[in-house]
Amino acid sequence: MAASVRLLVRRVTRLSHGHVTVCPSGPSGPSGRCCWAPSSCRCFSDDRNTHFGFETVPEAEKAKRVYKVFENVAQNYDVMNDAMSLGIHRLWKDTLLHVMNPQPGARLLDVAGGTGDIAFRFLEYIRSQRERQRRHVARSMQALSWKDISDVYAAREGGEDGPRESRAVVCDINKEMLKVGKQKADSMDMSAGLSWVVGDAEELPFDDEQFDIYTVAFGIRNVTHIDQALQEALRVLKPGGRFMCLEFSKVRDPVLARLYDTYSFKIIPVLGEVIAGDWKSYQYLVESIRRFPDQEEFKRMIEDTGFYCVRYHNLTGGVVALHSGYKL
Amino acid sequence: MWQRVARPFQRLSRRHCDLISEVCVRQLCSSSSEFTDGSYDGLYPGHIPTTPTQKALLAVGSGVAALQDPYRHDMVAVLGETTGHMALVNLRDRMRNDPEGYTILTERPRIRLSTLDLSKMASLPDGSFGREYLRFLEDNHVTPDSRADVKFVDNEELAYVMQRYREVHDLLHTLLGMPTNMLGEVAVKWFEAAQTGLPMCALGALLGPLRLNTSRLQTLFTSLGPWALQNGWQARCVLSIFYERRWEQSVEELRQELNIDPPPVIPSASKKRST
Repeated sequence: MAASVRLLVRRVTRLSHGHVTVCPSGPSGPSGRCCWAPSSCRCFSDDRNTHFGFETVPEAEKAKRVYKVFENVAQNYDVMNDAMSLGIHRLWKDTLLHVMNPQPGARLLDVAGGTGDIAFRFLEYIRSQRERQRRHVARSMQALSWKDISDVYAAREGGEDGPRESRAVVCDINKEMLKVGKQKADSMDMSAGLSWVVGDAEELPFDDEQFDIYTVAFGIRNVTHIDQALQEALRVLKPGGRFMCLEFSKVRDPVLARLYDTYSFKIIPVLGEVIAGDWKSYQYLVESIRRFPDQEEFKRMIEDTGFYCVRYHNLTGGVVALHSGYKL
Repeated sequence: MWQRVARPFQRLSRRHCDLISEVCVRQLCSSSSEFTDGSYDGLYPGHIPTTPTQKALLAVGSGVAALQDPYRHDMVAVLGETTGHMALVNLRDRMRNDPEGYTILTERPRIRLSTLDLSKMASLPDGSFGREYLRFLEDNHVTPDSRADVKFVDNEELAYVMQRYREVHDLLHTLLGMPTNMLGEVAVKWFEAAQTGLPMCALGALLGPLRLNTSRLQTLFTSLGPWALQNGWQARCVLSIFYERRWEQSVEELRQELNIDPPPVIPSASKKRST
């Protein structure tokens, strides 16, 4: 109840703050219709504009179009990820988990988690950590004295709480993606400890300070107001909580950059057409990567939001960057 | 006209960054297009400009996908578009040399449910082309609106020829008297392969029979197949007929005009398939 009232208040305060989005026109990003056709240019109208890939669209429209894109690709999302990244996306996600190194009892919020890849890995990691701990304890208890054994029984009878259960919440704005994720969970028999919630990254349906770890993997570039999503991340994290973001970023090395561009713009839409029957959605996806701020700029945005100890790791030469920050 | 403007940019792509040219074409064309909700980039609505390498990849990929799952009609369509350039040029020239075909190329009629006057067609006498076509649509539960739009043909006129070919496909079924079961489709594919020379039709004609049982194969090779091939070669260009103005004509008369013999045997329409 309190959460929904807070949501309303936030929405009202946001509406009262205006901010002008300048029509983007960098050297790498042509601004679409704006510069070439003043008659159809919407930059100077009342609508605030933003980018949708290389197109310029009103902000209100972007969310709808992004929703449509993911609705179309949901069924083939995982297959396409494997095809486009040649399976390397699994390594990226595994790296995220290794860097995260969650301990049993941690509560994870995976935003734009869609088909659940991060959440599944999280639960698996926790499970194997627990197994490791149990084995460690079992090994250390092999040479117990009678006193130690009676202490153990006393502790058990004392009704000590068992270790806190880890929970993963997958939050996504798109119901189709969540549906696919749920089906995967059922087929892998991994539904324990998982929740699936429909929600907008810019206005999360959770109370303050609920989670130990907030992750967003390959989702934040689709959000219309990235700064709002970061604010929400700060809000729902507990003090000491960690923000982690896996996202496509800028490749520094010019040779690799050239190859990557060719691959992105030439091959990926073809794959999208052949496997998923949808060229345009994958065209949008590769264009949206180019529109996302680079490693340093995104680091600054995270710092400006109020996170501390913000750092990033480049993966695969900068194709993907893993940003991490703490709420203190 | 936009082709002429777009062409230098496409040549530029081969020397410089492909990426820039694609975006330039998009900007040029989009600046003049109506700003509709589904406003298009490229030479016609739905056009996606592609380089020759991309077309090759699409051809191979769609071929494999279509073979694995023949019900993926979008893949068959992509295969046709990416491999059919020469055949489309040939067809377009044939249409230009035919007075009725030339009218079609200038007027650009489209066969959609919205453009057909179904009640009028239903009131036509049995045996008339319009009535038989309507019967075909009803019996086989198909609609002319289920044809995919052309995406990868880089010439606006050729794209229209391709679209016309797709829309005429159902009319061919009526003309040839073939149902939409596998045998009927293969027979029509043989006819189309002989008529149009599209590689996609040839591929379909070669691989379609693999899915037929022995008795149907026999029918195909002994009577239906040779009839389809023969008529494909001897018939007038089927794309050059303004079907929309010939609904009242009887099917027999139309067949005679097009130089198509009636089918030797009609495969039973036992399996209904939606296209």
